Amino acid sequence: MPTIEIDGKKVTVPDGFNVIQAAEQLGIEVPHYCYHPGLSISGNCRMCLVEIEKMPKLQIACNTKVTEGMVVKTASPKAKVAQSAVLEFILINHPIDCPICDQAGECKLQDYYMDYGKYQSRFPIEAKVEKRKVVDIGPHVVLDQERCILCARCTRFTDEVTKTGELGLFARSDHTYVDLFPGKKLDNPYSANVVDVCPVGALTLKDFRFKARVWYLEKAESVCTKCSNGCNIDIYHRRGQMFRFRPRSNVDVNQYWMCDEGRLWYKELQKESRIMRPLVRGEEAFTPVSWEQAIGTVVEKLNHVKAQHGAGAIAGIVGAKATNEEAYLFARLLKEQIGADKVAGLSWSPADAFHDDFLIKADKNPNTRGLQALGLLNGGASVADILAAAEQGTVKALLVFGADLVSACGQEKLDKALGEVSVIAFDTDYSGITEYADVILPVGTAPETDGTFTNHAGRVQRVRQVFPPPAEAKTGWEALSSLHGKLGGTELMSITEVFSELAGKVPAFAGLTYGKIGSQGAMLA
Amino acid sequence: MADKVLLRHLDIPNFHQLDVYVANGGYDAARKALTTMKPEEVTDQVKASNLRGRGGAGFGTGMKWGFLPKDSSKPVYLCCNADESEPGTFKDRAIIEWNTHILLEGLLISSYAIKSYTCYIYIRGEFVFGTKRLEEEIAAAYAKGYLGKNIFGTGFDLDMYVHRGAGAYICGEETGLIESLEGKRAYPRIKPPFPATYGLFGCPTIVNNVETLACVPSIIQNGPAWFKAIGPESGPGPKIYCVSGHVEKPGLYELPMGVTLRALLYDHAGGIRGGKKLKAVMPGGSSFPILTVDEIDVAMDFDSMRKINAFLGSAGIIVMDEDTCMVKALEIIDRFYHHESCGQCSPCREGTGWLHKLLVRLEEGNGRSEDIELMNWISTNMMGNTVCVLADAAAMPTQSFLEKFKDEFIEHVTLGRCPFQKEGAPTHRHTAHAA
Repeated sequence: MPTIEIDGKKVTVPDGFNVIQAAEQLGIEVPHYCYHPGLSISGNCRMCLVEIEKMPKLQIACNTKVTEGMVVKTASPKAKVAQSAVLEFILINHPIDCPICDQAGECKLQDYYMDYGKYQSRFPIEAKVEKRKVVDIGPHVVLDQERCILCARCTRFTDEVTKTGELGLFARSDHTYVDLFPGKKLDNPYSANVVDVCPVGALTLKDFRFKARVWYLEKAESVCTKCSNGCNIDIYHRRGQMFRFRPRSNVDVNQYWMCDEGRLWYKELQKESRIMRPLVRGEEAFTPVSWEQAIGTVVEKLNHVKAQHGAGAIAGIVGAKATNEEAYLFARLLKEQIGADKVAGLSWSPADAFHDDFLIKADKNPNTRGLQALGLLNGGASVADILAAAEQGTVKALLVFGADLVSACGQEKLDKALGEVSVIAFDTDYSGITEYADVILPVGTAPETDGTFTNHAGRVQRVRQVFPPPAEAKTGWEALSSLHGKLGGTELMSITEVFSELAGKVPAFAGLTYGKIGSQGAMLA
Repeated sequence: MADKVLLRHLDIPNFHQLDVYVANGGYDAARKALTTMKPEEVTDQVKASNLRGRGGAGFGTGMKWGFLPKDSSKPVYLCCNADESEPGTFKDRAIIEWNTHILLEGLLISSYAIKSYTCYIYIRGEFVFGTKRLEEEIAAAYAKGYLGKNIFGTGFDLDMYVHRGAGAYICGEETGLIESLEGKRAYPRIKPPFPATYGLFGCPTIVNNVETLACVPSIIQNGPAWFKAIGPESGPGPKIYCVSGHVEKPGLYELPMGVTLRALLYDHAGGIRGGKKLKAVMPGGSSFPILTVDEIDVAMDFDSMRKINAFLGSAGIIVMDEDTCMVKALEIIDRFYHHESCGQCSPCREGTGWLHKLLVRLEEGNGRSEDIELMNWISTNMMGNTVCVLADAAAMPTQSFLEKFKDEFIEHVTLGRCPFQKEGAPTHRHTAHAA
């Protein structure tokens, strides 16, 4: 663990750290373009030139491993002159696209120009090298060869991370350009990550192009819920509308990457088919009602069934799309308050779902491990048991929380099973199961709620509410808590209370707190 | 020089043919090395001879060989840098085409010394004839047992391959050469590690210039003392000087290291052609400072050149007479570096283009007075900040021209055209002097 000095401050870092990483520990940003912690060292941009005592020439910080007693100056006059010069060199052929470039506002050329440059261009604009702009290179990515600063992050990504090698550098000198190798398209399942790694607007996301200026967007930490990998993400949003997902780094879960489908998953979470208010089935159609009325109707139905047929005639199925808190409250509601004995979890994925040995998992549910840890997937009643009982007539009321029973069991089976059953569905969108429901309670998606998901490896990860559910929908945990209260139990008033109780009662979650989980997650016991 | 070594084919016809070469003592040195000396002894002799690299850098050859790890489980590779691309340099070509076996013998002895069993000759793609020559003579050497298995019955095996380049100066940079040999774009590598530690395919590798390797047989045959006595001790030996430009007799001159530039130009190359006056000389190829008329009494050896802040480099002497427009000359030189920059790192990729474009504008009469200082700034900020020294090779001559011929650059600005062009005549690209 060498101790070094950077800009007059001492820091001790692990062996193998480079100067950029060591400076980061001190909160010092060494300017750079081509360096990326998830890629090999390229050392071509020369932006990270720093002064190191006892070395006559400036050294690139990215390729300099720290040694005991090293003294580094990242902002000495010599270093600053070099950094400013390198920036000016990179800018001379860079097209002045800022007004139409997506990268504006999150562009390292702009940022460093304000820090190091602020100069008038000394290069005649008519002599700038021209290259191809708006090159469609794949289903998700557009290439602008002129804006490219040839840092080679994208070519290294396709060589080293996806190992698909679609992108390469061609020609020489200042006519060098990035392009697809002949006959290839940038269509691997992680193609859009090149948009993230590109420090400028040379690679842009088709889905996001021209949609929003990034300085109008807010950023929130979250977790992708498209599969059980639970890639850490940032959600970019404005006024309750999401514009894009970007991967957030987590060395143990997704490093710096996410898959293309996960990246576009935000669309799935804000579809037109959202249920906006509670609904009660009437003679001909669903009638929108208030929550009071809806909860009232549910309580009435459940009390009726309990009185007529006993608590055993009430069952519950919760999908692995629910958060740990939602699943816990659901089970608690049914078992403790209602006295039901059949509560099952549903973790269903299409049989031929694409998966690989990188990030994409076959399990397309974000919380299978969570439901498992809560005892809802093995031991006790199963979904099949419940539907069989329903078909036989021993289950008369079924609460369903975020479970896609139609895909899992098929319409035919459900028609048979649920014909005489009162179904109370908690869901986000009109989907198969809501067709069977007598009462529909609209709940929020992952970005609209607080809670945690447990990924395939048993890592519990936090999502925070980014914006509230639309219209009169409630967060799942609030809806469940409210129902629990109306049934005579204790209504928990904060999500922290919920998790506290959960961690106290469920052995796998013992010792976990939101604090411990932080923004990188914590493992189940 | 009485007895030529490197250009011995000038004395003996068909010297490139194996039987003629052998009949005149060829491969005696190799036989001596392989059958009577240990590899370390060969290296010691090369070290003791003070042989310095003739590719441009002038680094001690024995010292470079000494950087190889003593105990590596990886194979060692010897690469012959036959990518001769430095402007003004055409000596390696002559050796390859007409004294072929002195190079092969040098490679054989050197491979033995560094314990390499595989040797690659990286030859620039444009040398079509040279490639043919090498392939023919390598085949002949294999047939006679000078290459291949169990050479001279010593158990030493050596395989030699010729690999053609495809038209890039940067493939002459030793790590650019290695990358190209590996089938990749010739982007020079970040150093350290140096090729001796991590080179071709990640194995210990030595890259040596053709002329350097061609010196090895005579060192072994005649001993290091003989070699050291030719010219100055710190950088001795027979040397081929390439003289081109405005002289009566351009060509290759093999002389003992250390001839003065004046003697070379006036006693050997016949003086300035057409009775004109000398204006400037680039003594070491285009990558180093230019010399004025007052500086030609310097001895053309590595260390003497350094004393006047010049470099022997590749000994490509480019001679310019009084009618030469220095701005035009620099434009041509910087056009070369702009074209040849590999484009990997920002200062060189953008800087060479910037310099070139400024010089084109200057020569066409559209230069601004601030351009001179700007070119200085560009050069200063390219040097030392890049992955390889191509940036320095572009920056050094640029700054030297700007310093020593500043008035000419200023005149282009104030006159609004090139003073060497007849007024009203269109600027044409290739002539460097008035018609």
